Amino acid sequence: MKVLSAFAATTALTLAAGTASAIDLTFVSWGGAYQNSQLKAYVEPYVAEHPDVNVVWDESSDAAVAKLRAMNEAGNLTWDLVDVTVADAMRLCDEGLAMEIDYDTMLAPAPDGTPASEDFGDFLLSDCFIPQIVYSITFGYRNDVAEWNGATPSSVCDVFDTTKFPGKRSMYKGPLYNMEWALLCDGVAKEDIYNVLGTDEGVERAFKKLDTIKDQVVWWTAGAETPQLLADGEVVIGSTYNGRLFSVIAEQNQPVSMLWDAQIYDLDGWIVPTGLPEDRLAAVKDFLYFGTDTQRLADQAKFISYGPARKSSAPLVGKHAELGIEMAPHMPTDPANATNIIMMDFPWWADHRDDLDAKFQAWLAQ
Amino acid sequence: MSDTTQASPMKAADGTPLKKSLTRALRRQKLRALALIAPLLIFVLVTFITPIADMLFRSVENQIVHDTLPNTVRALRDWDPASGEAPAEPVFRALSVDLQVATELKQHTRLGTRLNYENPGVSSLFRSSGRGADKIGKDFQDRLAGIDPAWKEGETWAAIFGSDEWLAADAAWAADKSGSQPAFRMREGIDEALPLAAHAFLMFAKDAEGAGKSPATTKPWPVFSDALAQDLESNPNPDPAALPAAEAPLIAAASAAVAGVEPFSYRDAFLAMNKGWGEVGTWETIQAYSSPYTAGYFLNAVDLERSPDGIAVRPPEERIYIKLFARTMWMSLLITVSCLVLGYPVAWLLANLRASTSNLLMILVLLPFWTSLLVRTSAWKVLLQQQGVINDILVWLRLVDDAGRLVMINNQTGTMIAMTHILLPFMILPLYSVMKTVPPTYLRAAKSLGATPWTAFWRVYFPQSIPGIGAGSILVFILAIGYYITPELVGGTEGVFISNRIAFHISSSLNWGLAAALGAILLGVVLLLYYTYDKIVGIDNVKLG
Repeated sequence: MKVLSAFAATTALTLAAGTASAIDLTFVSWGGAYQNSQLKAYVEPYVAEHPDVNVVWDESSDAAVAKLRAMNEAGNLTWDLVDVTVADAMRLCDEGLAMEIDYDTMLAPAPDGTPASEDFGDFLLSDCFIPQIVYSITFGYRNDVAEWNGATPSSVCDVFDTTKFPGKRSMYKGPLYNMEWALLCDGVAKEDIYNVLGTDEGVERAFKKLDTIKDQVVWWTAGAETPQLLADGEVVIGSTYNGRLFSVIAEQNQPVSMLWDAQIYDLDGWIVPTGLPEDRLAAVKDFLYFGTDTQRLADQAKFISYGPARKSSAPLVGKHAELGIEMAPHMPTDPANATNIIMMDFPWWADHRDDLDAKFQAWLAQ
Repeated sequence: MSDTTQASPMKAADGTPLKKSLTRALRRQKLRALALIAPLLIFVLVTFITPIADMLFRSVENQIVHDTLPNTVRALRDWDPASGEAPAEPVFRALSVDLQVATELKQHTRLGTRLNYENPGVSSLFRSSGRGADKIGKDFQDRLAGIDPAWKEGETWAAIFGSDEWLAADAAWAADKSGSQPAFRMREGIDEALPLAAHAFLMFAKDAEGAGKSPATTKPWPVFSDALAQDLESNPNPDPAALPAAEAPLIAAASAAVAGVEPFSYRDAFLAMNKGWGEVGTWETIQAYSSPYTAGYFLNAVDLERSPDGIAVRPPEERIYIKLFARTMWMSLLITVSCLVLGYPVAWLLANLRASTSNLLMILVLLPFWTSLLVRTSAWKVLLQQQGVINDILVWLRLVDDAGRLVMINNQTGTMIAMTHILLPFMILPLYSVMKTVPPTYLRAAKSLGATPWTAFWRVYFPQSIPGIGAGSILVFILAIGYYITPELVGGTEGVFISNRIAFHISSSLNWGLAAALGAILLGVVLLLYYTYDKIVGIDNVKLG
């Protein structure tokens, strides 16, 4: 009898679970500390409230566009929510692979009632893109270099000054960021950078400037390389994502400092792939409403030093979850750090990236 | 009588002619044999041959221009780029319809991306013009709806363009959505009476069907009005036989209204949207890439480009692929040679030492072979970098001073060292298996006949080990030219291979056509080398064991 009732109870449970329709959602992100911050700030709190949702992670964001294209061609969509940079979001939106978002109905308003589209404001650079964080590409340098005789770099142009600051540099192995900095340090005004870069002479000018340090540069392709090279002493100054430098400086206590000058802003956020079946789409929408609200975005900053993309989140940024240090001064958007910023022109790069990349690779090979 | 018996064929026990019976039995046997290998055959076809064929196809495929801008491509056929002027009004009229349809289908930006590979800047031209073209259609729609509100309804358009049978079937299906959706059938003759509008509606009907909706109840696209106005302007009295009787007066009224208004300049409208449409270069690109197949990707893959005066070499600052191909070949050759030089003595020791010692040695060869590629490559990073183990030891031994640390990574040296180490087992194992079969008595016999150790080795032993050298070298070389992880991690800029560019185009720049062309060339080179090897050495002389 006991056995029988126990059996009945388990059956009832299974049935209940069946009717509540447990659902598996696949989220795609970058792995590492960043994915962890998403897990801690929005996914875990959400799953705690919705035990029927099970989130599976796929660390494929760096190849997200290629994979979504392949999935679309094969007609087999296995992803539900994808974290990409704004440039990739634009490409996916252009190709119809990402869903257009109605910000004010799909996303939560700010606590004071400001609609989401206003709260995100200028960061809504593509109709399919839901921004989460503002990060920047900036330089970090070792602060124990004997040859520098106590001097420390204060401007991005010091990167190009090998007499005052000798030693190897690490820079991104592509035209992005490097061309902007080269032109800026060659005397081009910040607002003219993309106009100049649009001409053949401008490209040549940028390469000429880069030529002056070419033999001193180690080129990176993955964001983790510069922190490693700096920690090993292989390079004395190098560019990477600001969050990576934060972890080298604050979490690993390496003798490295930030050079915030002429940091280049970039955005990262969610896109929803087109063609999701209705039940999964509903689940994703429900998560997005919760996971991109003001508090959740502010919470994310407890785990990683990237600025929340909502204006209303900024005042809520608190202390690091483990180290207990104030996070605001480590944000790229902090006024003290943001004295000189470059806003990347994404549509311009969408047009010129292939062309400049071919030229850049040819220049590298010379 | 005897003649007839001779002419009648021999028969089997069941009375069928013997020849027939025999062929049937043979065929059955062959089929059974085929069924046995079928799983493998299907597996190879599906996972190996098909993807390669697909890749080769992608390297020449270029249907997107023709499929997205069919009317424009047709109108553009007579335009001559040498005229130095952007095309005239008819091309822009066709473009207006094509671009609006493409925008509705979200194809226009895809096309922009494709043409942007050939002409930087086209991508944003298409993206920005998609919205603008949509506005032209909306204006026409408003005007048409002003004449008769029926033009705003999907039913009106469906009644004009759909065949009567389809309309009945679709209405029946839409009522209860049971059974399968009837496929759209166009009214006979309507594509001649109203060609542009019929084309737009066809695309619309396909799109609606794809989404499982009835074209008759779906909101009509604004482009229909634009296309209809153009059709009626070029032919104010379309063949009445082709039109449905109920809608004919509606069309006649629209035709009268179109005749009454001042003609609209599409050219001016597009130029106002984006002055890129006035540039000869834009149109040249569209015209040059309008055929469904192109050699453009292959030209690009060998540093050539299409120019107004035929095919030309790219400017020096854009030439990279030939250099990368040459570097890939040359470095793979060096890696093969260094694998051979290092591997040959090891294989000889393995084959000739006592079993216990050689087993230990074998484990030392296999252990790295079983270790993850990434682990081994990263280990080389730790060893070779300027603040790394080897440099530290050299400085400690005072062989180099602190300022003169050797640069052994992020250049060709790094790639050479790491790849030689990683590919070494692929050389040692085939060599070992061949050397194992060479009887040691041959060497002893040679020596007893008075040969010096060198002569005995060179004249007797070495020739017998050649099949192993061939097998190992082919294996190492072919693996080396396709490698990309190791060069990416330790190669810096000087030590990367062509495969790194292929990977880049597949996952970052998404120029799959170019990646396919580069891949096809690489495949061609491997096959060519294999063929040459077969001609010179003979592939039968290759032994893997």
